[in-house]
Amino acid sequence: MADAKRAAPVAGSAGRPLSPHLQIYRWQVPMLTSILTRITGHALVAGVVLAVWWLLAAATSDSYFAVADAVATSWFGDLVFTGSLWAVWYHYLAGLRHLYYDSGHGMDIPTAEKLGWACIIGSVVLTVITILLVQ
Amino acid sequence: MRYLTPRKRAEGKGAGHAGTEHHWSMTVSAVGLAFLVPLWLYIFGKALGAPRDVVLDTFARPLPAILTALVLVVGMRHFAMGATTMIEDYARGTTRKMLIIFVISLSWVIAATGLFALARMAL
Repeated sequence: MADAKRAAPVAGSAGRPLSPHLQIYRWQVPMLTSILTRITGHALVAGVVLAVWWLLAAATSDSYFAVADAVATSWFGDLVFTGSLWAVWYHYLAGLRHLYYDSGHGMDIPTAEKLGWACIIGSVVLTVITILLVQ
Repeated sequence: MRYLTPRKRAEGKGAGHAGTEHHWSMTVSAVGLAFLVPLWLYIFGKALGAPRDVVLDTFARPLPAILTALVLVVGMRHFAMGATTMIEDYARGTTRKMLIIFVISLSWVIAATGLFALARMAL
């Protein structure tokens, strides 16, 4: 009994190890960048909702546009759109990485780590470039 | 009596029981969005912060209007399918079904609202 516990310190009700066990798993770049792909993809819905609301207001009337534009260009709007811009570039690069993985390449650890860093650094660079281009 | 052999029922379906359709659909929409999104970010970013007449002029032009419509429809389908996968990972039973129906509905509402706004500006 004691031996069994020592052999499987992390066990579910069925006695099998639970996986993935985030609390004891050492953080690595490929893991972090994979999780960020999902987080950015879902968080983007906030930016899309604000953008679509702003478009609807522009299509409706001057007074409605004034309200939506005030929100979209406020500090809150800047926060949502700047965050969404980084999120969309991150998700973009991570998506390209997935397409590359799907073709059967880049699965070895050194390459996967480099691709992870490319997503993190590349997304920040593209965000800055986009802000400079559109301002 | 089962007319299909177990092998015939399992073949090509994988653990998700739906084959590779979901994955392939995400691949196709991802490639589409990879072409659409950079130019759309530029057009939307330029319009954001501009006066209303400039915004109306921008989205009345064919390229910004068609591009925005494509980003909305393809993007919200991509979102709905990705969100469905996430819900399938974390929720079960009735909660899973309700959440999936919610995100698919939300995606269509967002896409339809955007298309209505575009139609009003462009037509």
